Amino acid sequence: MNAAHGSLLGIEPLDAPEILKILNFARRMNPDKPRALLKGKRVALLFYEASTRTRSSFEIAAKSLGAYTVVVHASGSSIEKGESLLDTGYTLRAVGADAIVIRHPNAGAPHLMASRIDIPVINAGDGMHEHPSQALLDAFTILRNKKKPKGLQIAIIGDIFHSRVARSACHLWSKLGAKITLCGPPELVPDVAATLAPNLKITRHMEEALRGTDVIMLLRMQKERLAGLKIDITDYVSRYQMTTARLKLAKRDALVMHPGPIIRGMELTDDIADGAQSRIIEEVHNGVPTRMAILARAMGKMR
Amino acid sequence: MTPKTSTSLLIKGGHLIDPSSRIEAPMDVLLRDGRVAEVAPPNKIKSSADEKFDARGLIVAPGFIDLHVHLREPGQTHKETIPSGTAAAAAGGFTSVCTMPNTAPVVDSADWVTWLRQPERGALVNVFPIAAATKESKGSQVTDFLALQRAGAVAVTDDGKPILEDDVMRKALYLGAELNFPVVQHAEDTRMTENCPMHAGANSFRLGMRGQTALAESSVVERDVHLAGQIAGARLHIAHLSTADSLKAVRRGKKTKARVTCEVTPHHFTLTDDDVRDYDSNFKMNPPLRSTSDMEALLAAIADGTVDAIATDHAPHARFEKHMEFERAAFGITGLETALGLSIAKLHVQHRIPLSRIVELFTAGPARVFDLRGRGTLEAGSYADVTVFDPKKRWTFDTSQSRSLSRNTPFDGWQLTGKVVLTVVSGQIVYRANC
Repeated sequence: MNAAHGSLLGIEPLDAPEILKILNFARRMNPDKPRALLKGKRVALLFYEASTRTRSSFEIAAKSLGAYTVVVHASGSSIEKGESLLDTGYTLRAVGADAIVIRHPNAGAPHLMASRIDIPVINAGDGMHEHPSQALLDAFTILRNKKKPKGLQIAIIGDIFHSRVARSACHLWSKLGAKITLCGPPELVPDVAATLAPNLKITRHMEEALRGTDVIMLLRMQKERLAGLKIDITDYVSRYQMTTARLKLAKRDALVMHPGPIIRGMELTDDIADGAQSRIIEEVHNGVPTRMAILARAMGKMR
Repeated sequence: MTPKTSTSLLIKGGHLIDPSSRIEAPMDVLLRDGRVAEVAPPNKIKSSADEKFDARGLIVAPGFIDLHVHLREPGQTHKETIPSGTAAAAAGGFTSVCTMPNTAPVVDSADWVTWLRQPERGALVNVFPIAAATKESKGSQVTDFLALQRAGAVAVTDDGKPILEDDVMRKALYLGAELNFPVVQHAEDTRMTENCPMHAGANSFRLGMRGQTALAESSVVERDVHLAGQIAGARLHIAHLSTADSLKAVRRGKKTKARVTCEVTPHHFTLTDDDVRDYDSNFKMNPPLRSTSDMEALLAAIADGTVDAIATDHAPHARFEKHMEFERAAFGITGLETALGLSIAKLHVQHRIPLSRIVELFTAGPARVFDLRGRGTLEAGSYADVTVFDPKKRWTFDTSQSRSLSRNTPFDGWQLTGKVVLTVVSGQIVYRANC
């Protein structure tokens, strides 16, 4: 894979020092104090899938650094007319893009783009594979609240199988030396998930996942990706919904995270979503400085 | 191929491996008028020949037969044509190819079978059409087996798709039994494999892609072996078998009154699902690359005789159909030119399987599966189809030099062992290596 320097295709190819370097640089980024690090640069945001948080925060991040942005959606562009992914990439390159941020329903789409295009490609979520900027902004959020990553106990609960956020989070926390527990029914957390990275274990019981944990990462049930899987929603809610009662099992200062969009009444209750331990809004807020760091890194401006 | 009258070719000084006659010895071979005229120890052939080929240091074998090739005609000539596909076959040592009917339109009528066999198609090697088992390969209405067989089809299949309905498969096996006509199954329970571009395992989870389970194949093989076992004379051939559990079912089937056979591809005994890296769609085919234990089971079954033939499943696709997102790319890879080199490198050099067994899997084995009489053998009187190869030659496969119209192979740049030097069809040289 010959991706251009500065590309961010996933967390898996990064090592721990590189992850920490991005997080440290993100701490110096502040959208309220714009820096013209990327003055005159052009960032193309290529979105083949719906997105609110990721797209808007990448756009604000780019603009806060002085870059121009152009947003291309699958609908209303030549993609609708059948233009291939690579041809779309060549087109964006030809109009002068200096980096491409891509969100795509297929795993590996950013890798394909990066293998053929000589500008940095940033993965903003590819199918069920990875969502590296989300994992980094979550890490940014967690490390503002917890001092050291090493030894942290992290529970990831819910639909792991369909989740690119979960895959990126597993790689990231495993590399940083945390202990990760995946929790959910076998249809959503298959046994093979434990092979993804070191320091991973699986449990089917919320109580076991939550006891003594520092961080609880909840995931949305991805109905659009279930593809024939029959999940009994009532049963799921009763076994895996995050509730105030269950939160008591975790450490008293445990954080509740969720990449959004949240479905209230499904994977979590109102009390949890809006509770004191919830960091869900803070995550969204931290998306901007984290993505500023990712874009600066892409252009060789992360120093 | 229509051989010119009264031409002769003497292949001299080679080491003959002809598993059909259990010969493995230095022998000269004289071909005349499209037939094998004489096979004799060195320098014993007294008749003169128009042309001589010096085969010293080389293996002389019956012409190779590939039971599973997509030549893409009629209708998909942007992927391959009969001339280009058969040129690739000749370069790979194949003198006969059995072609799959999943074309546009589907080869489900005697007319299309006849069309495929016409000399105007420009085939460089023998083409044996396999016809569709059901109308348009839709899996519901069985085709006219008798008419297809009379037109020259050697078997029926819905390849690319399975014959899923029990009743339809039972009927096909029953009709096939009456006509001594093999039914070829692409074993895949498609209800379990929707949107699954690779094998289900640790690597598919890591890559974030849905996986086909081994069960999706073996459950269909088990069902078919069960059905065939109830029909005296039924002939069931499992295409591109790829899992350990499917082999167990085939072994069971070989003990019944039905005739159960199977083929294995070079890519399934060479690569595993762990080789799917960086979303390179040249590693995407159906059935998918399986687990290491499945691959090891295939190697054991090749050695112990369970496997009847090596078949390539040569499946050319144009660049625009492959060079895209892995999940969206077409299934299939080319295979005609790499089959021998991969087989010798993996089976013989690495796993010590005798060359004679490998030759059998390319010749007598496949000839038996579809009853290709006078092929896969060099007994006097049989067709003058001969493959001469250098079993020790190490060479690098360069896909840009391929004779196929398409370039979709995971083996570009691979070092292979064993290279075809001469391919003869009906006494005519159709390929000669520059070396």
